[in-house]
Amino acid sequence: MTTNTTAAYQNSFLREVEAHVEEGAWVKMCMQCGVCAGSCPFGPHWEHSPQKIFMMIRAGKREEVLRSDSMWMCTSCYNCLVRCPRKLPITHIMHGLAHYAHRLGLAPKGQPTRESARLFWNNCIKHGRINELKFTLALYFKDGLAQGIKNALAMQGIGLAMLKAKRLNPFAIFGGHQCKDKSGIQKIVAKARELEAKRQEQAA
Amino acid sequence: MADNKFAAYICAGCGIGDTLDIAALEKIAQKECKMAAVKSHPFLCNQEGVQIIKNDIANEGVTHLCIAACSRRAKTEAFAFADACVSRANLREGVLWVVAAGAEHDEVRQEMAEDYLRMGCAEVKKMKQPAGNPDKAINRTILVVGGGMTGMTAAIEAAEAGYAVLIVEKSAALGGFARQLWKRVPFAAPYAEAQPTGADELAARVSGHARIKLHLNSTLAETAGAPGRFQVKIAQESGSVTEVVVGAIIQATGFSAYDINKLPQLGGGQANVVDQAGLESLARNAALAGGVIKRADGKEVNRVVFVQCAGQRDASGQHLSYCSGHCCATSIKQATYFKDANPLVDTVVIYQDLRVPGMGEDFYRSAQDKGVVFTKGTVSKVSGGGSCSVTFKDLILDEEATLVADLVVLATGQVPNAGTDMELWNQVSTDADNGDEAAKTRQQELRAASVLKLAYRQGPDMPQFKHGFADSHFICFPYETRRTGIYAAGPTRRPMDLDQAMTDATGAALKAIQAVENAAAGRAAHPRVGDLSYPIVRLEGCTQCKRCTVECPFGAIDEDERRFPQFNEQRCRRCGTCMGACPVRVISFENYSCDTVGMQIKAVNIPDEFEEKPRILILACENDAYPALDMAGLQRLTYSAYVRAIPIRCLGSVNTVWITDALSSGYDGVMMMGCKKGDDYQCHFVKGSEMAYYRLSKIEDTMKQMSLEPERVQSHEIAITDNARVARLIDDYVAQIKEIGLSPMKGFG
Repeated sequence: MTTNTTAAYQNSFLREVEAHVEEGAWVKMCMQCGVCAGSCPFGPHWEHSPQKIFMMIRAGKREEVLRSDSMWMCTSCYNCLVRCPRKLPITHIMHGLAHYAHRLGLAPKGQPTRESARLFWNNCIKHGRINELKFTLALYFKDGLAQGIKNALAMQGIGLAMLKAKRLNPFAIFGGHQCKDKSGIQKIVAKARELEAKRQEQAA
Repeated sequence: MADNKFAAYICAGCGIGDTLDIAALEKIAQKECKMAAVKSHPFLCNQEGVQIIKNDIANEGVTHLCIAACSRRAKTEAFAFADACVSRANLREGVLWVVAAGAEHDEVRQEMAEDYLRMGCAEVKKMKQPAGNPDKAINRTILVVGGGMTGMTAAIEAAEAGYAVLIVEKSAALGGFARQLWKRVPFAAPYAEAQPTGADELAARVSGHARIKLHLNSTLAETAGAPGRFQVKIAQESGSVTEVVVGAIIQATGFSAYDINKLPQLGGGQANVVDQAGLESLARNAALAGGVIKRADGKEVNRVVFVQCAGQRDASGQHLSYCSGHCCATSIKQATYFKDANPLVDTVVIYQDLRVPGMGEDFYRSAQDKGVVFTKGTVSKVSGGGSCSVTFKDLILDEEATLVADLVVLATGQVPNAGTDMELWNQVSTDADNGDEAAKTRQQELRAASVLKLAYRQGPDMPQFKHGFADSHFICFPYETRRTGIYAAGPTRRPMDLDQAMTDATGAALKAIQAVENAAAGRAAHPRVGDLSYPIVRLEGCTQCKRCTVECPFGAIDEDERRFPQFNEQRCRRCGTCMGACPVRVISFENYSCDTVGMQIKAVNIPDEFEEKPRILILACENDAYPALDMAGLQRLTYSAYVRAIPIRCLGSVNTVWITDALSSGYDGVMMMGCKKGDDYQCHFVKGSEMAYYRLSKIEDTMKQMSLEPERVQSHEIAITDNARVARLIDDYVAQIKEIGLSPMKGFG
């Protein structure tokens, strides 16, 4: 048990979440019934359930919330969202919080979901579509060379079977398929970033 | 008056004629019961059948009739004859529908039907046509005690319905607690914003109403009499006393806030810790000054914490143990006072369970939307002063936290202004009667502290319910009290908010109107509304034992100077508890007496012990148990054909003579079926079933003298929905009786 005294239950962090987190304005509407916590298939594996995350936001625990890995554990099953009696878009809020924490650089370092998302995004943006082989390899080797080889050896049975079934193209390592207008995709992303930055600026 | 002529009408409809031997029944009515006219009809409740009866009443001089057809609870309109006494033999619900089908049961089924016919004929012979209370009390003025929102609403509702109203208000102005409020919670969609209270407008309407008369700065000095003829002395602060006569009384004396000084641990009594009423006055002051809410020391409030359940729902026994119901919504409202003026003010509500009855959930949501922070926690300590602090355990985050605030609001509960506790009064009075001087002084104090100052034998106020709230038949008839014609309304009756109080007031006004109308017509009030019979007492046989005066649940019976019972018929609810209590059986009703039931008990044919057919008497309360028996029939549940059920007004009306008569005339067992007793009673007459159980405990000695097993008398609490259970109980009891053997008393009766 810890003691919460700093800026406790002041609205400042709640307001910050409202302004910067996708669907963050819903956080204040939580009535703490706990249906989300009870519905989450990952319930036992989180440090903080959505219910607790929302209460922590209202209690002003900025660091604890943004450094939590709980929202990274969300598998987007949407159980909480369909069950919430107050109709909070909980899944979206979880993603919004994760995203906000990531942007601020507060999200837990090396968190597997975060890492996987980052690798996926970078891979995808580069060629306008995902290169499965490179993405898989990147995931294997994200914790270093030795671990990567270990991972690859552990998975070699599946890899060879996929090769045999022509579900895996080893030549994709040299580039693989790309979309027709790679620069067009990158322009779209750049524009989206620009719009988001503007929105954040207005909110702040 | 013409001679009595008795007739029996037997219905063969609804399959009665197919299963029962109607000719045999007719013969019994003629030969055994000596009914002057006996007729049967294939469909008695149709126009033709009813016309036969009407003709006999009009042309043949029939005055008393027994209708052997369905239950007395069915076809009441068809078989209502204003000029005749009617008894009903329950052949359909009581025999046809509950005795198992098949030829092997024909004999016991027919015996049961014949007994019910005998009982019906025996009953009607002892009945008289009730003439109504000749002592009509015709005052229709309604007195409202208390001029708050409840009292004003009751007054307006009664006055708008055409009745003259008097309001007695202790303070100098109308409005009560609502006048202290800045705003009230919303009563109507979209339930989003706090609303003006409307107290001033209502007070203006009341003051200007042609049929409402105000007595401000006044209290009651004495209330005597009964519905339709209450004599009330109204004492002014100045000392002058006005005497008035009123028909009914509504007690709308409201509540007081629980004393915040009793909560030192929560900062009660310290600077900048206020109760909800305290915050209302800060909000009013702010609104009058046209600014934001400031503390008493003039500092603007930027952080405010609301502590819910302060001194409420307390398990330690030091404070209120109940929830006052309104305080969560009130705190929500008060938090929005701050948020509406400035959304940057931090408002935190610390609750145990947020309870917002009615449509309060929408209001809660609207406050959340405005940014009020709600957190579930238990507050352990509040310190007041320049900078207040609230230490609590957050039950969601499972951690201790301390909040700093400019102002702390404690949601304390409602304490009813219900006057004097009658149980305390009775204790003190007993001591005073025994010559205890201190008790006599205390008795005077209690009388002075009472609201109504009733001149009743039973004490100066209505009895108090749980936690000191004014009386209420909480489970079934919340507006009813044990003082006929006096109705409690608003938070004096149970904790409630303004909206509920105003609804309550309307209900009480309607009750009061019914009471004066019934009193004026010489009829009973709830629950035997319209009953024209009333208790008739043969004083020459009275032994002044006082049981009737003590046991009457409604305080209807006073004592005169010679210590004889003095019945106030308008206060009487016709339950017959006095009749059940009377050891010398001098109290009766024209159509319900020791004889009407006693003769039914005697009318049953008791087979000798070699026939091995037990006979079990059921005395079933007409309010719940008898309907449950009927319903068992309606659902075609079967039970033993060895029982004979008699509906009674209330288990309280059971005179032990019926039980001893039944046992000594050879019945093998007696089942008494009444309503739930105790604190959460369901007895329509509140104490009736409790009295019956008490008396039953005394009957065991008699049974020992008769060398009968105590199991031969049983009592059960039956709810109206217990139809399956009642059938099972009967069958179980018949099996039990067979096990202990038939009564040795057969053949002596």
